[in-house]
Amino acid sequence: MNLHEYQGKALFAEYGLPVSNSKVIYEAEDAHNACRDIGGSKWVVKVQVHAGGRGKAGGVELIDSPEDAVAFARKWLGKRLITYQTDASGQLVNSILIEECTDIAEELYLSAVIDRDTQRVVFIGSSEGGVNIEEVAKNTPEKIIYEAIDPLCGAQGFQARKIAKVLKLNNEQTKQFTPMLKNLMKLFIEKDLSLLEINPLVITSGGLLHCLDAKINIDSNAIYRQPEIAEMYDSSQEDPRESEAAKNDLSYVSLDGNIGCMVNGAGLAMGTMDTIKYFGGNPANFLDVGGTATQDRVSRAFKIILDDPEVKVVLVNIFGGIVRCDLIAEGVLAAIEEVGVKIPVVVRLEGNNADLGSEILSKANIKIESINNLGDAAKKAVELAQ
Amino acid sequence: MSILVNKDTRVIVQGFTGSQATLHSEQSIEYGTNIVGGITPGKGGQTHLNRPVFDTMAEAVSAVQPNASLIFVPAPFCKDSILEAAESGIELIVCITEGVPTLDMLDVKKRVDELGIRLIGPNCPGLITPGEAKLGIMPASIHMPGSIGIISRSGTLTYEAVKQTTDLGLGQSSCVGIGGDPIPGSSFIDILKLFEEDDQTEAIVMVGEIGGNAEEEAAEYIKNYVSKPVISYIAGQTAPVGKRMGHAGAIIAGGKGTAADKIAKLKECGVHIADNLVEIGTKVREVL
Repeated sequence: MNLHEYQGKALFAEYGLPVSNSKVIYEAEDAHNACRDIGGSKWVVKVQVHAGGRGKAGGVELIDSPEDAVAFARKWLGKRLITYQTDASGQLVNSILIEECTDIAEELYLSAVIDRDTQRVVFIGSSEGGVNIEEVAKNTPEKIIYEAIDPLCGAQGFQARKIAKVLKLNNEQTKQFTPMLKNLMKLFIEKDLSLLEINPLVITSGGLLHCLDAKINIDSNAIYRQPEIAEMYDSSQEDPRESEAAKNDLSYVSLDGNIGCMVNGAGLAMGTMDTIKYFGGNPANFLDVGGTATQDRVSRAFKIILDDPEVKVVLVNIFGGIVRCDLIAEGVLAAIEEVGVKIPVVVRLEGNNADLGSEILSKANIKIESINNLGDAAKKAVELAQ
Repeated sequence: MSILVNKDTRVIVQGFTGSQATLHSEQSIEYGTNIVGGITPGKGGQTHLNRPVFDTMAEAVSAVQPNASLIFVPAPFCKDSILEAAESGIELIVCITEGVPTLDMLDVKKRVDELGIRLIGPNCPGLITPGEAKLGIMPASIHMPGSIGIISRSGTLTYEAVKQTTDLGLGQSSCVGIGGDPIPGSSFIDILKLFEEDDQTEAIVMVGEIGGNAEEEAAEYIKNYVSKPVISYIAGQTAPVGKRMGHAGAIIAGGKGTAADKIAKLKECGVHIADNLVEIGTKVREVL
């Protein structure tokens, strides 16, 4: 689960990290008062969406009057911001962060991820901030430090000093950085983060470290024990079909093809997409109905797939493990009837009682292509989609 | 031979009396697996599926001497259960549960490594030695004793590979689902090592998917240490960047972890690639 910048910064503040005075607004009229409450004569206004590249897309501005803040809010609230990280329709803007302006002397980079190789939380630091870190890693790898934190010991002072060297911090800044690193690690563990990125971490004209941005991802598996974080979920930032699927406990990812896929198991669902592509078609989605493909789940899955107007044919691929294929066949038929599916459906059943399942499908009044071989089923779906 | 489990493995089931554990334990028992009892805190002293139930692993260890544990407890309690098994000296722990928080696994992995205990999973179908023992949720009927070792990050994809090798009459020595999480208890390399040493295994099928670089590391290992032929299929060739494809670990991040990169590396290291899911079996036959 992703957080907005303002939510991330609220967590930073809770853990004693230096962030700017700010206000979040949801109505353009509130922008004026927000500027006045923050004080000063210059502000930064930033649209809040789950995507990077906001600045280049016009979603961040430096302003010097509260009226400009109101104008900026009027321009963006309710609109969609398109950046290089979003799809063509962009992300809905429903809040704007107004911050006091920070005078920047240096831009640095700091992040933390769960690294699969070392199986540790690893901090990544660089003296090159405000830019794409992947580029820095490729072109000037010597400017990046990776520091793994032991899960039982936590972040230590020597690790902060090591990172500080690469960030080229002076002694005073290093002293400020040491508790910052420890607190970021504490935040990472206590709130079940999977990613934390401060780009840029800046040195102000006064010589102090300051977090100018905050990108935080939370481990979805741990949301059950993070009730405060769960409250921060913003469904407007998700694909509507994806969030509907998530509500129904189905795993769905929208793609741009025209063959709807319903598969049990995440690996097989990816394999099915690949097979469609292999035979010259284009999958419209990834959808894992889960290990227990009951009629109810199949119905809900059909509804989500058919909500995509691009879908011309649905390929159902079920490997009956513990669940019996005859029961799945009955579930598919009932679901097709219930949902009122009008486009062709190709069903491939394999595993437990597959023959019985195919027999049920072939006897049905509804037109279904029942094909037991996955390759043939995929070919048929590709043919029907053309 | 076979790897990790056989008919003599003494299995204890953690979360024994839950509905999923009951369903799958029944099927495992029917398959001939030597399940010696189970654990459900608060239900010690009862009998379930004609086996004794214990409150703690310590009691189970002294009463029925298990050497493998099969875990079905809900995700919030997996860390506790895995550590309980590990601290009791159980040699092999198989955790089926999906949805274990990643940070829990960081702690767990460090501890089981220190203790030298083999953990399979979480978020996996388990493992099976056909004809001998089934510790997991895979359908027994598609398996057949034979010569192919199968390792996979995905459940239903494992079943595809199993079915195809059974249909060709090759059968399997053992099949291990290592799970789809970012921090798995065992890696491809851990299991490749075991198959390489196993006399019964003549070829190894490795089913990978997008995300991380476990396949790339395995490729390097295969090049240097595995003499048996390895056939691989990588799922997610059409997956978009930055989207999590069902499994917590299946995400292409920052352009890394793509299927194309993995396939290129595997080929470079002498691994035979099945271009398509439906060709895993035929590729194995071709290589043998």
